[in-house]
Amino acid sequence: MDLVLSEEQELLQQTAREFVAGRSSLKRLRGLREGDDDGFSRALWQEMGRLGWLGIVLPVEHGGLGLGYRDLMVVMEELGRGLMPEPMLASVLLGANALLLGGTPAQQADHLPAVAAGERLLALAFQETAGRYRPHHVTTCAKAAGTGWLVSGEKAHVLDGHVADHLLVAARTAGETDDAQGVTLFLVPRDTAGVTIERQSRVDGRNAAIVRLQDVRVARDAVVGEVDRGSALLGRVLDRATTALTAEMLGSMLAAFEMTVDYLKTRLQFGVLIGTFQALKHRAARMFVETELARSAVMHAHRVLDEGRDDAAIARAASLAKARCSDAFLLIGDEAVQMHGGIGMTDEHDIGFFLKRARAAAVTFGDAAHHRDRIAALDGY
Amino acid sequence: MADLEAFRADVRRWLQDNAPASMSTPLTNPDDVCWGGRKTKYPDDVRRWLAVMAERGWTAPTWPREYGGGGLSKQEAKVLAEEMAKLHLRTPLTGFGLSMIGPLLLQEGSEELKREHLPKIVRGEIRWCQGYSEPGSGSDLASLQTKAVRDGDEFVLNGQKVWTSYADKSDWMFILVRTDFEAAKHAGITFLLMDLEAPGVTVRPIKLISGSSPFCETFLSDVRVPVRNVVGKVNGGWLLAKALLGHERTMIADVFKERDDARRLVALARKHVGESGGRVADAVVRDRIAQVEMDQACLDLTLDRARDNAKAGHKPGPESSIFKLYGTELNQRRRALMMDILGPQGLGWEGAGFEDRELKVTRDWLRSRGNTIEGGTSEIQLNIIAKRVLGLPD
Repeated sequence: MDLVLSEEQELLQQTAREFVAGRSSLKRLRGLREGDDDGFSRALWQEMGRLGWLGIVLPVEHGGLGLGYRDLMVVMEELGRGLMPEPMLASVLLGANALLLGGTPAQQADHLPAVAAGERLLALAFQETAGRYRPHHVTTCAKAAGTGWLVSGEKAHVLDGHVADHLLVAARTAGETDDAQGVTLFLVPRDTAGVTIERQSRVDGRNAAIVRLQDVRVARDAVVGEVDRGSALLGRVLDRATTALTAEMLGSMLAAFEMTVDYLKTRLQFGVLIGTFQALKHRAARMFVETELARSAVMHAHRVLDEGRDDAAIARAASLAKARCSDAFLLIGDEAVQMHGGIGMTDEHDIGFFLKRARAAAVTFGDAAHHRDRIAALDGY
Repeated sequence: MADLEAFRADVRRWLQDNAPASMSTPLTNPDDVCWGGRKTKYPDDVRRWLAVMAERGWTAPTWPREYGGGGLSKQEAKVLAEEMAKLHLRTPLTGFGLSMIGPLLLQEGSEELKREHLPKIVRGEIRWCQGYSEPGSGSDLASLQTKAVRDGDEFVLNGQKVWTSYADKSDWMFILVRTDFEAAKHAGITFLLMDLEAPGVTVRPIKLISGSSPFCETFLSDVRVPVRNVVGKVNGGWLLAKALLGHERTMIADVFKERDDARRLVALARKHVGESGGRVADAVVRDRIAQVEMDQACLDLTLDRARDNAKAGHKPGPESSIFKLYGTELNQRRRALMMDILGPQGLGWEGAGFEDRELKVTRDWLRSRGNTIEGGTSEIQLNIIAKRVLGLPD
């Protein structure tokens, strides 16, 4: 597959760009940040559901569009331009994907159409506070009890966990804390007895939660995938979510970069536009190069998924794109604030939102160094 | 498609029948790369391989048959390249004739110039070099001062060119000269073809910090060049030169990468830094290797994307500046990392105590410092991106 957009994808891009520009603004984000409601717009979310965007990669029989990751990429990039906080990653890329890749037909039929329609929200509770970037670091444990399980422990950084109707919880059913073997995924309704959810307040204004489970009783059919073999499923889910996140990051870094170049063309100092200074021109040019290389890596990662390549190729491409986008977005976030000067340090100006998002997105699913080490390991050094 | 598959079978059979066996072995010596020309003696098999390929025009597969080329379509040329790769065959001929002046002549040259020069390029008879930079005109190339004064049907050239790659081994030079000293600096430049055998041409190699001498100084004293050797129009040379520079930049991005670099880096690190649990022992070195390899992968993907874009009919952007800038800096980082990995074993110049491949790392590192200078410095590429892509004000 070539690294170019099809005509249909260009049209989708146009639609998404107009939607984001018309419906979302950074002013809206300020409102969400100050308010104590959900931290995103349910009305907008349902509208995205009606447009089919929540089901782009979900099969038609489950209410999706049955399209590919490159189609999703186009939409994610535009959502990233607008820094939109709606729960695409949590509910679709993590939650629905876990069920799509590992769930039973009954679980899929029960949840996927509702997720695609924007009527139900899912979240994947896989991280714990001490786990850093090791998805196998699972202390939350599940013990067989009667025909079902009893789950206890604490999950953190659960993206959009505060609003999720159902949580997919990674719990240990065998082995030691950092073993890959012995992890199982459970589907837990939020109102199950023993579940408490505490909203976290994050630097980028996005939504996450701590999920505490105390002797939470779940039935046998709550297991997603195979008992003790959740790590492989988790890995496949995370690589897809990571790939989609890189498209979002690309959109965000481009928006920050374009704002900065515009500023260089309008800000006067010493009686001239600051964009005439070579010290700034060269740095802006380097930022542009970074965005081009990032775009190539992002398109490649989505292409690899659409080509149905093996898990190792998907993992490699996802890590390549994530390392690239993490470094590039952070660079652009830093440079954007620096080039805006004093105004860039104010909360009143929008550019700071991008710096904060750069940091949060870079850390989500592993930072650049983590993904470089992962590639080194995959390549045998 | 059926035709293409039949073509593929023919090509394979012909290559198997005609390629000397030694041409399927890896290059051991850079001197075995065939640049053609009258001044270099190549090994017998190299000459034979060039001769049989040139006979079919397959040294320049897509050039028209009337100028000695292969007359192949793009798909057929791709098939030829693929079949050659499968047999691990070496490129029969390389150089500025095939990659730079030939394509330019095809686009802009007069019929007479095409008929005179293209067949000789295809056959590797004439090796070409490029006369652009001057002692006073490096980054500011358009300020060049080599003077060409019209005298009847000839121009008389006086001046000095520098950084003329392999001028000492070349037969002809494509050269930029000033034909109008009154006009704005970009508007008085003419693109000429000059025989290096002409009286008044003196070529002197320049020794670099790496110890090698790939570049020369070329002195011109009353050198007479026929007016019919002008490519394009008199005083219209700058645009042609710029187009060629774009091409050169893409080439430079690609040319320094050696295909086994990834394995070489890791093998070097295992040897000099050590192993632990099957991995390179030092996490910092590991990270730097991964960084270089991943940057290379992203650059390669961007080159692919530019090709895919061109194939889809999109206008080419200023990608060549990106490739030149990023590719050369990446090559420098790779060479510096190799030196860091070698440690004290990277300090050799020649002789005892150092393996040949260690000495090569050292020389390659020194050579790589020129990558960000030749073909337009990194700073010039950044200027081009800032101006043409970002539209930043002057």
